[in-house]
Amino acid sequence: MNDKVVSNILRLIFLVALQVLIFNNVNFSGYINPYIYVIFILMLPFDIPGWLLLVSAFFVGLMIDIFSNTLGMHTAASLFMAFCRPGILKVLSTGKESETDLRPNVYDMGLYRFTLYALILISIHHLSYFYIETFRLSEFFRTFFRALLSILFTTLVVVLSQYAFSKGKTK
Amino acid sequence: MRNLIIFIGKHHFVLLFIILEIISFSLIINNSFYQQLVFLSATNEMTGKVNNTVSNITGYLNLKETNRQLAEENARLRSSTMSSFIKTSDSIFIINDTLYRQQYRYVEAKVIKNSFNKRNNYLMLNKGSDQGVGKEMAVITSNGIVGIVNEVSKNFSSVMSVLHKDTKISAMIKKNKYKGTIVWNENDYKTGNLIDIEPHVKFAVGDTVITSGNSHIFPEGIFIGTVKSFSIKPGDNFYSIKINFSTDFNRIEYVYVVKNFYKEEQLKLLNTQKNE
Repeated sequence: MNDKVVSNILRLIFLVALQVLIFNNVNFSGYINPYIYVIFILMLPFDIPGWLLLVSAFFVGLMIDIFSNTLGMHTAASLFMAFCRPGILKVLSTGKESETDLRPNVYDMGLYRFTLYALILISIHHLSYFYIETFRLSEFFRTFFRALLSILFTTLVVVLSQYAFSKGKTK
Repeated sequence: MRNLIIFIGKHHFVLLFIILEIISFSLIINNSFYQQLVFLSATNEMTGKVNNTVSNITGYLNLKETNRQLAEENARLRSSTMSSFIKTSDSIFIINDTLYRQQYRYVEAKVIKNSFNKRNNYLMLNKGSDQGVGKEMAVITSNGIVGIVNEVSKNFSSVMSVLHKDTKISAMIKKNKYKGTIVWNENDYKTGNLIDIEPHVKFAVGDTVITSGNSHIFPEGIFIGTVKSFSIKPGDNFYSIKINFSTDFNRIEYVYVVKNFYKEEQLKLLNTQKNE
């Protein structure tokens, strides 16, 4: 358990630094803003209690907000994403997640299910973030297009990062 | 009471979600009010230092371009000094300092954080109240306008970019002095909008747009951009004009913060007007 806590805190610090220092400066053609810090919420263990899930999401959102001058926006979006996470996991579950040593990653979930899981939650996060940021309906389709491009890019980065950083269990 | 506790225990996930979501939305809504100012000044010092370090590193990569811009500006300034003019008349000039009093002072600052791809963009500068930067001062580059200072801490300041949904800057078409307002409703950091120009005004694509000097923030005549396209919908009272910004918001590195020495006086007069 302690091991899990430490590794998740390290991941939090690493992802916030990566987001603030590098990915906040990435802009392809003025449209694509990848928010890769959502990996943190995606990869919290299956058996995390509900309140801790929400509090962690609130905290990571707030940290990103403080560094990118968007007070409350990332917080609201990542909270909503964390709120939807248990429901999405239930839909995609195979019944084996109760085994505590399984983690939500490519190796334990399989490429197809993990990509679907990431895509749905990232869409929820990005759509809510972009609409909160714009805050007006007159730019509905333009905002949707911006969100869509970023969703695809973030999902790509998230899935690729799975192969780059986390190791499968050696059997 | 017991039922209430059972209810809370049963639905704690949803309840906690709602409470935290309310907190974050109140943060967003209070964004323009006092609470946020207090919060931001406290954190500006901290995040400012982080951003400063990042900017020190990335600054090296842009040295060449920055040098070129500085050299260009130096050349322009040098060509406008007295020594670069040949005296053509022998009549005596009397330079009387009481005729001209300095109204604007320019503080040079470095951009340590810049964003241009969001709906509302901010910049952070490495100068703050200790270096004479204050709220509601104009920020410009040698190429054009950048934004308005919205928050200062001791050594850093935060600038609301022109690329922000709440920024409105008084502007005019240079050749005929008709005044309008610059807003940003585009997704593109290269284009902005000029509104409030009436249908009888004559202008063409490529015309220069400059600041009007109607506000107490921007000096008159700062370059904003050129007209890219314009149209008028039937029934509309105003043109909708797109302009190309002269500032390249992607590559701002050094800026000038403009202090207006007569701002208080202007504002005071404005307030008495309103009161009457």
